[in-house]
Amino acid sequence: MEYIILIISAVFVNNVVLSQFLGICPFLGVSNKVSTAIGMSGAVAFVMAIATLVTYLLQQLLIALHIEFMQTLVFILVIAALVQMVEIVLKKISPALYQALGIFLPLITTNCCVLGVAIMVVTKEFTFGDQVQMLNLAQSVVYATACAVGFGLAMVIFAGIREQLELSEVPKAFRGVPIALVTAGILAMAFMGFSGLV
Amino acid sequence: MAKASTFRNMVVCLFLICFVCSGLLAVVNALTEAPIAEANVAKINASIAAVVPTFDNEPSSEVFQVTVGSDAISVYPATLEGALVGYAVETFSNKGFGGRITLMVGFQPDGTVYNTSVVSHAETPGLGDKMDASKSNFSEQFKGIHPSTFRLAVKKDGGDIDAITASTITSRAFADAVSRAYEAFLLIENDSKEEM
Amino acid sequence: MGRLKLITRGIIQENPTFVLVLGMCPTLGTTTSAINGMGMGLATTFVLILSNMVISLIAGLIPAKVRIPSYIVVIATLVTILQLLMQVFVPSLYETLGLFIPLIVVNCIVLGRAEAFANKNGVLDSACDGIGSGLGFTLALTSLGLVREILGSGSAFGWKFIEGDGILAFVLAPGAFIALGYLMVLYNKFVKSKIQ
Repeated sequence: MEYIILIISAVFVNNVVLSQFLGICPFLGVSNKVSTAIGMSGAVAFVMAIATLVTYLLQQLLIALHIEFMQTLVFILVIAALVQMVEIVLKKISPALYQALGIFLPLITTNCCVLGVAIMVVTKEFTFGDQVQMLNLAQSVVYATACAVGFGLAMVIFAGIREQLELSEVPKAFRGVPIALVTAGILAMAFMGFSGLV
Repeated sequence: MAKASTFRNMVVCLFLICFVCSGLLAVVNALTEAPIAEANVAKINASIAAVVPTFDNEPSSEVFQVTVGSDAISVYPATLEGALVGYAVETFSNKGFGGRITLMVGFQPDGTVYNTSVVSHAETPGLGDKMDASKSNFSEQFKGIHPSTFRLAVKKDGGDIDAITASTITSRAFADAVSRAYEAFLLIENDSKEEM
Repeated sequence: MGRLKLITRGIIQENPTFVLVLGMCPTLGTTTSAINGMGMGLATTFVLILSNMVISLIAGLIPAKVRIPSYIVVIATLVTILQLLMQVFVPSLYETLGLFIPLIVVNCIVLGRAEAFANKNGVLDSACDGIGSGLGFTLALTSLGLVREILGSGSAFGWKFIEGDGILAFVLAPGAFIALGYLMVLYNKFVKSKIQ
């Protein structure tokens, strides 16, 4: 039950992009086509799940050593190293997957939703009914993956809308990013309908 | 311009940068540790001062714990010239829209709420954060009420509280936190009667 | 290029928000009020100036291949120092901005300026560039915050001039996107067309 609440909350209610404002850069940058949006989301999901697993364990180490102030530095280094590693491993093991995700991987280091979610799961308390608690390891990984799914969902819907937008006549000053932002606002309004679900 | 990227160069360089940076952070951390702790104490003191009548003791050094249900609640007694003028109860609710809400609720010795103040919360800016006294007058209605005659629930639920517009959940959580504080107050009162 | 020009370039011609469309996450996430937007902007400016200066100093010593990781370590260190300092001096702002302070590390503006400007230029020029981009970012965030605050809660910089609630959507997520979209339109219409 807790897992279901976590997943629904991460995908719909507290969607990383549309309600928490994480990962806006790729959301606006690589959402011109549905296919690239899917590729980017896949790469993010992959890195986010592994990164959260590693950073969660590292956070326990930081707490044990009383050097919590190193959190930001350690987390970003782990993510950067991980992205490199995933890139190398993927190249060797599955060239097909590398072909699909490869070009997005370097962009992920500076995608704030990876670092954001990694910090969130170790600092934020989550509400389950009346209980408020920190997430354990399994819950953290599930939450991170669900966040990535939410990211993917927003990306794909948005890319679908933008593909249509290409074909329509838009006033000059609105072309490009402004109209995309206004569209994203309307999409965020739609997602607000989910609030109160959990 | 940049040095050659030999393996040795890269390792040495990264190692040095990490070493210097962590050293620097350790120093800054050591320097700021005490001021941060002070800032936290100052924040608690400020919220105590906001919710109880004038006092001349140091409530944060006389803090004691009361167990309500399964939760430990901190109580700060405020005294003026040795006589008790009120209790500041640091209470919370887990029912907030964004999770836990922590409040400081001040009671006069007879159980009347003197004032309330928000210590920390994660409510939506512009909606739930109106429970903060600086954002709207929602919390004003708790001043001077006595929880035995005032029903601590929003009007929608049959209580006496005017909820914040579009933030019923936050208002309920606020009420929940205040009633928890009152339970803590009743426990203190019982204890002090037994002592007498 | 004169130093003054370096500063104005960051504010107008190459405004990080309106022209380069970088650092969108804090731009949208923290601008629920003008003060919050300004706080976030100034925090980023602090990191931007220092990181530009440090990186322009050490750029010559770093092998090209480990350039990016080294910059990230430097930036992360500066951000952590900022976090600690904010907890001492402005704890309430630190709490409001929350997650977005550590996320300055992955703000594309900071790494972008390091890579595009600071590693090829002198310390003073880099500092000016940092001031310019930082102020441009702060200006954008403050104006977006101001627009959202006026429409969403009927106040400006915390000073309330309309009683009651504003258009709630502008304080919440959708309003952030829409307000920024329209601000960009205004920028395109009135500023960009003049420059070209």
